[in-house]
Amino acid sequence: MKKTFPILGVLTALFLAYAFYQALWVAPTEQTMGNVQRIFYYHVPSAIIGFMLFFINFGASIFYLIKRNPAADMVALVTAEVGVVFLTVNLVTGPIWARPVWGIWWTWDMRLTSTLVLWLIYVSYLFLRRFSSSGETPLLAAALAVLGALCVPFVYFSIWFFRTQHPQPVMGGGGSIDPRMLHVLLINWLAFSCFAFLVCWARYRLEQLQREVDTAYAMESLRDPRRSA
Amino acid sequence: MSAPTGITRVTLLKDLRLEWRSKDAINSMLFFSLLVVVVFAFSFDPTAEESRQIAGGLVWVAFLFAAVVALNQTWAREIRNQVLDAYRVSPAPANSLFIAKVLGNFIFVSVLEALMTPLFIMFYRLRALGPAWQLALVAALGTWALVVNGTFFAAMSLRTRSREIMLPLLLFPFSSPALIAMVQATTAILNGEGAHFWIVLLATYDLVFTTVCLLLFETVLNAE
Amino acid sequence: MIIANPYLFAAYAATWIIHIGYLTTIVRRYARLKREVEEMRKAGVRS
Repeated sequence: MKKTFPILGVLTALFLAYAFYQALWVAPTEQTMGNVQRIFYYHVPSAIIGFMLFFINFGASIFYLIKRNPAADMVALVTAEVGVVFLTVNLVTGPIWARPVWGIWWTWDMRLTSTLVLWLIYVSYLFLRRFSSSGETPLLAAALAVLGALCVPFVYFSIWFFRTQHPQPVMGGGGSIDPRMLHVLLINWLAFSCFAFLVCWARYRLEQLQREVDTAYAMESLRDPRRSA
Repeated sequence: MSAPTGITRVTLLKDLRLEWRSKDAINSMLFFSLLVVVVFAFSFDPTAEESRQIAGGLVWVAFLFAAVVALNQTWAREIRNQVLDAYRVSPAPANSLFIAKVLGNFIFVSVLEALMTPLFIMFYRLRALGPAWQLALVAALGTWALVVNGTFFAAMSLRTRSREIMLPLLLFPFSSPALIAMVQATTAILNGEGAHFWIVLLATYDLVFTTVCLLLFETVLNAE
Repeated sequence: MIIANPYLFAAYAATWIIHIGYLTTIVRRYARLKREVEEMRKAGVRS
């Protein structure tokens, strides 16, 4: 493990650099928006990866509820945190893209509003994890994650009916996408997915170490109450 | 009568009786709602036409804050008297306790809404252009959504740091779909449009979340 | 080209600032924990 991580890190960095080059130089320039449209290659994969991670969080939480496996709890924590990071990127690049294209920083349209609400849901999940007393955190968090995942379709339906201003999604339905752009999008998605995997792995290792240290402290204070932790 | 419904009934009646005697929750909720309404009145001075556009949001924000006041004290009595520990040890199904608490909160908040509605109508010169009976339905479904989630999150927050802030912190994002539905439905009905989609969405939301909260409550109660 | 368009630059920069920022917090916490483990080992704490 010690060897593979740095190797994968270097490979991922190279992949990301290649994806960066593809996005900025190889992808064709969009007709109406110009070069600003290239934000698309960072904005969309962030959202997709965020949702992928939340999906894994849902699976890990269900697994924890059934099996009470501590590793599943750690996977849930890690995927939620990294998912929030990716969604944050999406929510920051969105307005930066919107401003030159539509003239406004923010609008309560379907896509942006849904993403914001989901971001709020998973941030509140992270707050629960931080504030709850450590004995019960895994179970409570798992229950909350299930509720959160169930909320997702409702968030989409309610906001879809609430408003629509975002242009037709370029992927799957609505406007068609230039296949060269699709190609670059896929490359960036794959590169960032590898990156997300490595970040999750690193965060998982950190959590593992943290829990080992906490356990060691706890054991020590049990053995010798006079020792201050 | 089967044990679960018996427990629900007993717990619910106990809560209602205690509340009737002290009127703690209802008084603080009422006053808080009134304060919110008045503060809003300082910020908006709408014409009747404008009122109809914004009243939906204002009304539900006021009810939401009031509901949080009620929800925060849901389990307070139980904690003070170690009732929850006794409950965990007993063979009684946790769901009965949960349903009793949800029903109790539902009644408290509904009473509050009934008392506040004439005030809102008066302050904002409201008149429903659409079918008014639908407003009652929206109120019932919306209140249930807030209360079922809120009671569940209140139970989750019991042993967290900053318990009082944890409840709204969880409740607001998770109830967003229901909140959007309540507000949009109310606005639609006030303006003479139908709210069928929103009512169906609220009913579905209530069904799904009540079921899941019931399924997960035992786990949450016994977590540790 | 990326420098010429300030919004494009800002978006890509923001993305990497956020990601590097998060990674930095992980690395820092990890280093701090490693130091703690060393101190524990010196103090004779059995893990």
